[in-house]
Amino acid sequence: MPELIFHQRDGSVRKVDAKSGVSVMQLAIQANIRGIDAECGGACACATCHVYIDESYSDRLPDLTDEESEMLEGVAAERRPNSRLACQVMVDDSMDGMGIEVPDRQF
Amino acid sequence: MSAGTVIIGASHAGVTCAAALREAGYTDRILLVSEEEGIPCHRPPLSKGYMTGAVSADSLPLKSASFYQEDNIDLLTGVKVTAVNPGQKNVVLSNGKIVSYNYLVLATGSKPRPWHGADLPEHVYTLRTVQDASNIARRAASLSGAVVVIGGGYVGLELAATLRTHFKKEVHIVEMAPRLLRRAASAELSEYVAELHKKAGNFLHLSCPVKAINAGHKTTIDVVLHDDTVINAEMVILGTGIVPEQTLAGEAGLACQDGIVVDKFCKTSDEFIFAIGDCSRFPVAHHAQTLRLECVQNAMDQARVAASVIVGEAKEYAAVPWFWSDQLGVKFQTAGIIEDGMTCVVRGEKSSGKYALFHFYSNGRLGAVETINQPALHMLARRLLAAEISPDMQQAGDVQFDLKGLIGK
Ligand SMILES: Cc1cc2nc3c(=O)[nH]c(=O)nc-3n(C[C@H](O)[C@H](O)[C@H](O)COP(=O)(O)OP(=O)(O)OC[C@H]3O[C@@H](n4cnc5c(N)ncnc54)[C@H](O)[C@@H]3O)c2cc1C
Ligand code: FES
Repeated sequence: MPELIFHQRDGSVRKVDAKSGVSVMQLAIQANIRGIDAECGGACACATCHVYIDESYSDRLPDLTDEESEMLEGVAAERRPNSRLACQVMVDDSMDGMGIEVPDRQF
Repeated sequence: MSAGTVIIGASHAGVTCAAALREAGYTDRILLVSEEEGIPCHRPPLSKGYMTGAVSADSLPLKSASFYQEDNIDLLTGVKVTAVNPGQKNVVLSNGKIVSYNYLVLATGSKPRPWHGADLPEHVYTLRTVQDASNIARRAASLSGAVVVIGGGYVGLELAATLRTHFKKEVHIVEMAPRLLRRAASAELSEYVAELHKKAGNFLHLSCPVKAINAGHKTTIDVVLHDDTVINAEMVILGTGIVPEQTLAGEAGLACQDGIVVDKFCKTSDEFIFAIGDCSRFPVAHHAQTLRLECVQNAMDQARVAASVIVGEAKEYAAVPWFWSDQLGVKFQTAGIIEDGMTCVVRGEKSSGKYALFHFYSNGRLGAVETINQPALHMLARRLLAAEISPDMQQAGDVQFDLKGLIGK
């Protein structure tokens, strides 16, 4: 079971055991991680599930689709090279230990 | 100690309001009462991914069960509020308890419009809850005949799309108005949506009121159209819109008019009572008429406004409405408010399947943007509308023109 490490806005760190096949957003909601709002519930329509993902894992992440990349243009916090929409990143075993930072705001 | 806040209805609006109160540092009691059983869930996937199995039941909850515990929010499910007494500042629950409040938030949402006819036969469904969605999916998987969707609104159309592409059904969409999406989309967009449905093999019956829904032989249902034509169906979906749930508010003497009337702070005619989400009717800048919206954005943003007032940091409701719909592999997104009589400018090529419709008021101000498979443009449109920045019509129609450049000028 991969373990993901969430860095919340208040500086606290939460380690969460993930099932493969769920999205990072679903995992965050299930684990009650603060600051990932996910208003559209994973439809890639709201851009309020924005996260920054540890760059050393970038090759293990699913490719950015046009749809996700376009929605990322509208995120409320700064868009960085490692910005992703958590609802579009499915967890798999290779992501064990991956750090995920919650941005300072979602809207 | 203050009696705290009671929130009636635990869906997009109610749950967000409770969360926003805690996030803003509210420490009094929060009681969230829901007539529905089970943990509060997202509704949009019910007509989309949940039907096809692409979205699992585990991913429907708005928040996890631990959220309500950690945030000290008392979630009472399967319990209905049966009366509100503004004079005594208390509410009566269906379990007989009486609960006092300091502030009350009505987040009672909406419910499918009741059918006007006599008793309905078996296998006529409406879609609002997870249970409804499961019932529809189960029925769809077991039938071989046709399905009739009555009403060409977004929910009905999404369901029609899913029933066609996933369940491979013969689907008839019967709409009383001359076009689909009469209330929610421009004429130009509804024409495109109609073309997509026809291409997918769905049958459209426009300007076609339904006279009756009768039990046919054995499992079939007879849907009788205005000209007495009969469509035999094995399932009927009533997608005939929703009505705001304002019974409690009306009985309590609060002002209601197709929705519970609120001001720009989501306050009703009683200063301790708010109404948010699908059930509320509110004023909008630049509009003479008040509005009632049926979308997640409105529910969540109004929830935050009510919470801001309760914690003493009042913010007005001034958000740009936005909405999305996924059907037949196409993503439709709307920002702003579509009204009759606006001038429509097309940006991009319709034939490419990626384009946008910019809608202007008669004074040249941009009022709404509908995008088709153009999420970035949708996000930009939200920013333009929020900042009240209007391109002119020529700029809007010119794909070479950099709309982003208008922001920050
Ligand atoms: C199938 C479907 C698909 C949708 N798709 C989209 C979409 O793609 N995008 C979008 O933006 N919007 C969509 N919507 C609309 C969106 O779901 C609604 O706008 C949203 O649910 C409104 O939230 P709400 O909290 O105001 O009300 P509701 O979701 O209606 O919830 C109100 C709750 O209050 C409860 N309640 C009412 N009276 C009482 C009482 N007296 N006591 C206790 N509880 C009570 C009800 O049981 C209900 O659970 C869709 C809706 C449906 C049904
Ligand atoms: S949850 Fe809305 S875009 Fe990810």
